[in-house]
Amino acid sequence: MSDNVATIGGVTVRLPVPATAQRRGRLSLTPYGLVAPALTLMLIMLLGPLAGVIALSFTDYQLGAPSLSWIGLANYHEMFGDRVFWTSLRNTLVYVGIVVPGAVTTGLAIALLIQSGTSLRSLYRTIYFLPVMATLIAMAVVWEFMLHPQFGLVNGVLREIGIAGPSWLQDRSTALYALCAIGIWQAAGFNMVLFLAGLVSIPKQLYEAAEIDGAASAWARFRLVTWPLLRPVTTFVVVISGIRSFQVFDTVHVLTKGGPSKSTEVLIHSMYTEGFEFFRSGYGAALTVVFLTFILLLTLIKSRLADRGVQYA
Amino acid sequence: MARIELNGIRKSFDATEVLGGIDLTIENGDFLSLVGPSGCGKSTLLRIIAGLEPQSAGQVTIDGSIVDGIRPSARNLAMVFQSYALYPHLSAFDNMAVPLRMRRLSTVERLPLLGSLLPGRRREERIIRADIDKVAAQLEISHLLQRKPAQLSGGQRQRVAVGRAMVRQPEAFLFDEPLSNLDAKLRVHMRAELAELHRSLRSTFIYVTHDQAEAMTMSSRLAVMIGGELVQVGRPAEIYDNPRDVRVAEFVGSPKINMMPGRIRDDSRIEVFGHVLRLASSQPPGNCSIGVRSERIELGSGPFSGAVIHVENMGAEAFVHIGLNGTEARLVARVNDVRRLPDIGSHLSFNFAADAVRAFNSAGKRIDVTAEQPERIRERAVV
Repeated sequence: MSDNVATIGGVTVRLPVPATAQRRGRLSLTPYGLVAPALTLMLIMLLGPLAGVIALSFTDYQLGAPSLSWIGLANYHEMFGDRVFWTSLRNTLVYVGIVVPGAVTTGLAIALLIQSGTSLRSLYRTIYFLPVMATLIAMAVVWEFMLHPQFGLVNGVLREIGIAGPSWLQDRSTALYALCAIGIWQAAGFNMVLFLAGLVSIPKQLYEAAEIDGAASAWARFRLVTWPLLRPVTTFVVVISGIRSFQVFDTVHVLTKGGPSKSTEVLIHSMYTEGFEFFRSGYGAALTVVFLTFILLLTLIKSRLADRGVQYA
Repeated sequence: MARIELNGIRKSFDATEVLGGIDLTIENGDFLSLVGPSGCGKSTLLRIIAGLEPQSAGQVTIDGSIVDGIRPSARNLAMVFQSYALYPHLSAFDNMAVPLRMRRLSTVERLPLLGSLLPGRRREERIIRADIDKVAAQLEISHLLQRKPAQLSGGQRQRVAVGRAMVRQPEAFLFDEPLSNLDAKLRVHMRAELAELHRSLRSTFIYVTHDQAEAMTMSSRLAVMIGGELVQVGRPAEIYDNPRDVRVAEFVGSPKINMMPGRIRDDSRIEVFGHVLRLASSQPPGNCSIGVRSERIELGSGPFSGAVIHVENMGAEAFVHIGLNGTEARLVARVNDVRRLPDIGSHLSFNFAADAVRAFNSAGKRIDVTAEQPERIRERAVV
């Protein structure tokens, strides 16, 4: 019987033997043995830390402190009573609400323009993809120069046409929108690549059929062919952009540090300040749980929509 | 219903010329097949007629008006594509409704939510539904209208594509190899259906195919294209029987016509495999080639002999492949009586009548031959 025992990923599994009576009992173990390696990794890498964060959010743990005590929902209680939390949540939602539609439409527009072009396609693809490859922190420094109230490029151009530009990143009313613009600039290239891949997979003959069927304008062909056939890609792009803009941190940290007067405070940045500047790990963990809830929500929406994909004939 | 004229159509992609001056008139109600081997430019010509591809030179005229530079959507032609090109996200009904909605509804009326609130849209939709139901009944696809293309079989998609072309009653129908994605049996069936459809619609059909059998069986006229040139235009039977070019002779007809190397002798008679045919040519002496269709080869006796290499028995008829003695040449003969087939490897003699011979000069052009004393030749065939 020894040849009916195997070791998979450190777990000993009995392989099924032909006799049906014995088989039933042993078969029930086999599937667990087979998923064990993946499950172990998932536990260590994903579920474990996640459970840790959730557990931490119910404690008063401070980074480096020798002890911690269970304080129940006190962190959440404090959080929901804190004005800064609501400001950062609102700012994050405004950021997502502007960057997602902005980056999706810009990405689609660039993809359509590149696709309809005849030459220099790969050059434009590279140019628009550059922001994705560049480190956002380094690029943020460049943006800081561009948006500088006195010698920045943006206000310089505005001055030429007779408009006195605001000090973008120092003004409460403009700082968040300036960050949104940078966010769109950064995400559009990534979305463009996804849309380009989607556009390439649309059969050319559909456009010809549309043209013959009377779709004379580019808009009519877009509505009839491009938009419906891009739907799976669009769903994916919207969700990915949503998740990525929920995670906005680097530009905020480098350019505004959440200021002026919390006008650009976003969830991850609050999490960072609470956890790593004030060392209130427990409170930071509670913020993380709120953040993860939103990400989970987006992921669920995506998996729902992905099931209704377009079937290609 | 349209008469389509092509004058000196040329097309080149960069330096390669794919169409070298095509002149062709397609009469109102004609079923014209553009047929030729792949890469001969027939699909390009069809796309030029449709307006999907601009020609480099020449003119396309539909019903007397020049349509060069006019968009495909404004030419009022319908096209059926090889891949059917059905919109995958729309049901069969909506696919067929697209050309009607595009023409009868304004951009505002076509808007998904707002449009359906407009009273004009409701009225139009009722008329569109009635039109589609009529065509669907004619094509026997009424029960499939709610299905998406992915839920339809190849033949059903084909019908929906034809239906989409039919609903708006276009000036002419263009078909771009519409049957080549179907299996052999369905293809034969659809062939008959399309021919019937043409008879009932009495519309102009232009049909592109590389399958000479499709072209022969369906069309009222055939235009054989080879290497970007229109080589011969005529009724199918006329082209089969009277090819003006060796390439036409070889392309049309299955199995392929038997070509044999021949020679025009100094006394202007034609000699093939050392045997002098009782045919005279007015052409100067030199090499020529002789073509004889498989059904005109008479097995049994005659001056030619060879060994049977292969026999293809199709049930109702059979093709006997013969390797000629002392040469590399192979001939195919059709035998109608499949109960009396020669054995493979056996030797047999054969002959062909003088009027079965089609002679071509070394450039591939047909040369006229005159039979000497036809009575004597008949006798030879019997001997």
